[in-house]
Amino acid sequence: MNIASIITTVWMSPLLGAIISGIFGPKIGHKQSHSITIGLVGISMILSFYLGKLFLIDQIAPVNVVLFDWINNNAFTIHAGFYLDALSVVMLVVVSFVSFLVHIYSVGYMHNDPGYSRFFAYVSLFTFAMFALIGADNLAQLFFGWEGIGVVSYLLIGFYFKKNSAANGALKAFLVNRVGDLGLILAIALTYSYTNSLDYTAILEKLPNMAMESFYLTNHWSVNIVSLICFLYLIAAMGKSTQIPLHVWLPESMEGPTPISALIHAATMVTAGIYLICRLSPIFDLTPTILNIILIIGSLGALMLGLVGIVQNDIKRVVAYSTLSQLGYMIAATGASAYAAAMFHLITHACFKALLFLSAGSVIVAMHHEQDMQKMGGLAKDMPITYICSLIGTLALIAFPFFSGFYSKDSIIAAVSMSNLPAATFSYICLVLGAMVTAIYSFRAFFLTFHGQKRFKGNVSDPGFTITMPLIILAIPSIFLGMILMGPIFKGHMLNDSLSSLPLTSELQHELGIEFSSPFFSVIHAFTQLPLYFTFIGFMIAYACYIKYPEIWQANKYRFSTINWILNNKWGFDWFNDHIIVRYTRELANKTYQFTDQKIIDRGIVSGVSHMTYETGKLLRRIQTGYLYHQAFSITLGLIILMFLISI
Amino acid sequence: MLLHKLPLISILISQSLFSGVWILLSSDERAKNIAISSSIFSLFLGVLLYLGFDTSTANMQFTENYSWIVSLKINYYVGIDGISLPLILLTLFINLIIVLTANDLVNQQISYYLGLFFFLQAMVVGVFVSLNTFLFYLFWEGMLIPMYLCIGIWGSQLRSYAAIKFFIYTFFGSVIMLLALIYLSIKAGSSSILSFYNLPLSLYEQSFILFALILAFAVKIPMWPVHTWLPDAHTEAPAGGSVILAALMLKVGAYGFFRFCLPITPDACLEASWLMITLSLIAIVNIGLVALAQHDMKRLIAYSSVAHMGFVSLGCFMIYPIFKNSGHLPSAQLALSGAMVQMITHAFGSGGMFLAFGLLYEKIHTRLIADMGGIVQKMPYFTAFFMIFVLSNVGLPGTAGFVGEFMVLVSAAQTNFWVALLAGLTLVLSASYSLFMFKRVFYGPITQANIEKLEDISAHQYIALSLMVLGIFFIGLYPQPLIKIMDKSIVNLVQLALQAKF
Repeated sequence: MNIASIITTVWMSPLLGAIISGIFGPKIGHKQSHSITIGLVGISMILSFYLGKLFLIDQIAPVNVVLFDWINNNAFTIHAGFYLDALSVVMLVVVSFVSFLVHIYSVGYMHNDPGYSRFFAYVSLFTFAMFALIGADNLAQLFFGWEGIGVVSYLLIGFYFKKNSAANGALKAFLVNRVGDLGLILAIALTYSYTNSLDYTAILEKLPNMAMESFYLTNHWSVNIVSLICFLYLIAAMGKSTQIPLHVWLPESMEGPTPISALIHAATMVTAGIYLICRLSPIFDLTPTILNIILIIGSLGALMLGLVGIVQNDIKRVVAYSTLSQLGYMIAATGASAYAAAMFHLITHACFKALLFLSAGSVIVAMHHEQDMQKMGGLAKDMPITYICSLIGTLALIAFPFFSGFYSKDSIIAAVSMSNLPAATFSYICLVLGAMVTAIYSFRAFFLTFHGQKRFKGNVSDPGFTITMPLIILAIPSIFLGMILMGPIFKGHMLNDSLSSLPLTSELQHELGIEFSSPFFSVIHAFTQLPLYFTFIGFMIAYACYIKYPEIWQANKYRFSTINWILNNKWGFDWFNDHIIVRYTRELANKTYQFTDQKIIDRGIVSGVSHMTYETGKLLRRIQTGYLYHQAFSITLGLIILMFLISI
Repeated sequence: MLLHKLPLISILISQSLFSGVWILLSSDERAKNIAISSSIFSLFLGVLLYLGFDTSTANMQFTENYSWIVSLKINYYVGIDGISLPLILLTLFINLIIVLTANDLVNQQISYYLGLFFFLQAMVVGVFVSLNTFLFYLFWEGMLIPMYLCIGIWGSQLRSYAAIKFFIYTFFGSVIMLLALIYLSIKAGSSSILSFYNLPLSLYEQSFILFALILAFAVKIPMWPVHTWLPDAHTEAPAGGSVILAALMLKVGAYGFFRFCLPITPDACLEASWLMITLSLIAIVNIGLVALAQHDMKRLIAYSSVAHMGFVSLGCFMIYPIFKNSGHLPSAQLALSGAMVQMITHAFGSGGMFLAFGLLYEKIHTRLIADMGGIVQKMPYFTAFFMIFVLSNVGLPGTAGFVGEFMVLVSAAQTNFWVALLAGLTLVLSASYSLFMFKRVFYGPITQANIEKLEDISAHQYIALSLMVLGIFFIGLYPQPLIKIMDKSIVNLVQLALQAKF
């Protein structure tokens, strides 16, 4: 098989699965639906692994596969096609792997759900759209995938559509995403108008030549064209990768079924923005202004949203806020031009965050769909597999030495500390504090769930094989992936050819290569750095408050009520959106409708004209009296006027 | 080729008229079968036109030219090019859908109802094929009568108000257009539309002509601020009427831009382009907001229809600033192709939503969004179809609605960033009003008793909706055939439109 047919098969088989399961699902039954979709996604995964071997291990040159012309006239050519290099293939491998496991997991999790086959159709459709996004060789197809994953996410958040909260969450997610999409489509349009192309290869070649050109927003206000384009791409990335202030949709996306939260809202879809920035890294590197903005946004998100995670009681929401915080780390890494580190964290995060979500799902199944951690506790003994997997995920998340998250997160913090950008110091402080916060909320959730007193009635046990097996499989890369990948990424330059090659990036890459030369050396090195100690402090705080001295903590909780109030209101973003943006938009909409549209145009002008015609007619009718002397009078009058006119 | 020797266009028009009469005279039971077979036959003729169509030239094809009223030099002169062919195919396709669902949407006088739609088909096709001004005008006004009757007879409570408003509003625009057309034919010494293209006209003359033409076309499209007839007409019309109105009647206005304004009065269009772009942007943004404020589902769809047509007028008139900024013909072509594609795809999104809403209305007899909720639980298949129409309306890539908007937006960035930004707001606005409506109507718990009793759609409704959905995905995933048909004509039109006439 050649590469073109392999990638076509990888792309099309989830779509086929989605169509079969979506249209014929109710007829062929649950078992057939999941067998077909799992089988087809399995094919995708195996072929992706094969591509992974070719592009990541053998490191063959990038391949561009053109499938068909979408639009082609002499003005404009867009095709559907794939650009395969280390960057896109590594994403393919991650997405297909997590998607496959989530498919299997869902067999157990969604058991007997009335929307069973619909669910599998959606998940397969999501995989298809995600492949379209990451494999695209041009921005139009990227946009197709970008909106595609958005709409599947919308459908899946609203999966339990009887619940108002699910319907609202879905709507919110789609609308906030659309704001990001607006940024993306404007960026694409500007890119096209300056390069006359939408293909990555062409735009990455041509746009750097524009680095010095100005773009006139108005006659007197000009900005650098590359900065403007990058800013718009950044807005797109903020929408999908949930950065402040467009992050508000992610917590609400937890209304969807848990497997989806793992696949879409943790491991894959939300990383699309990071992928976009990495893909376009050569132009991002040209604009220090935007890089500074990215650093600030990312690190603020990493700290602020992590803090919100501390006060959440819903087990899924804690993991959701932790995703928001981790995405902040990745974005901050791209801001520091450490694209390789961002991708590294993206990969390891996909594994351990999927593991954490699926473990949470396992707990939720065992607890009969109870998600409040205050009603759990002491589950460790009864659910050993879930307990151990959760522990592994948590350790990876807080960057415990030797676990995969340790290497990737440490490389991000190291990269930020090495960066020369003005915002780097601020960012470094946020990220180090963030490390502490991560440890606090992770272990708080972990202790509340698995340790301490049992706060519920009844017995629990580990769920069935289809649920626990994906956990065990995901636990393995959560431990080892960091050690395995750090060499190829930082020293072997696995991703370097796909990323920016400007001095900014390559020097950083070189320094990271020295620091992360071997797994043991970097652990030893970490003891000379702040993050590890902050993580430890965070762990101790959580341990003290929830295991060692819970009574003292409970008694003194009120002292923190102000902070608690702020965090419970999630820094007021939701309040601002609901009370300012939504409210005034609706008011504006009502005003425009009632005032301009109805009152002025329709009743004023349109009915006004007809009314005027009627009134004039009524006036003129008075003249037509039919009396002879009236007519004689007007004839005479007319004659006089006529003669007067002639005499002049 | 044999196809070119057949007077296919005349056969199509006369077949539509003949079917119309035949259906009027038959009983209600037989009318439906005759209508379906006639409609399929029309579509077959359309396919023949498509097969015989030569995409490598911008010239008129399948032309027929006979003397008709010799003393006034009026000829029966018809023909098609890459701009009219897609619209003709669309007309025939939409009519088939209407015929398929007629039984579900109307309960009285089916044979009259179906007959009217065949007259309407003849008139609309006539508008698209006419190459003689007066023939064009004849069909143009002829269209109003069946539509007027359709709203007036089968409409809902306020039907007579809506029908009269519709008639007077659109007629008002057209009469002034007639003056301009007469002036042009006197000046050119011929009433062939093509002969106007090379007619030298001063800017002064062009401005008056353009004003007269735009008034007629803008009312039909409809552009802000002459759009207020549309929500009333749509709301009161029966579902089939709404579909035709959204899918076809609005298109004749935009078609007028392509056939008359741009090539005949290019210099005046250049002068007016900023005004027209502003009006289009007002339509997109302001009407988008207005749609958000609607409580009546059909009115909401109607306003969204106006907002999306804003892209057509935007694409048409944006070619001037694009050309001024870049001096680059292909970019202008992109904008105009986008406008043209948007005309076709709009029929699927808006038309589909009107059709689907019609089916729903027959079951629940309310248009108020507040009276609905939780419908997905009772009608899952119907909801899936409606979702696809909504997504196309929202402009999701992969559905038809995306293609035209994308092309117009991409070219808009070449004129002015703010134009692109304002037009791009539709991404957020259309998603807001469409999905907010979708949420209230289909999601959530069931609150009303009559929704408890709903049943899902029947087999032939399934077929009709599936046809629309197939169209949406076909154009969305593979628009190339459509682009190819119109390409040469668009190139030609851009050249005509950007050439100074004096």
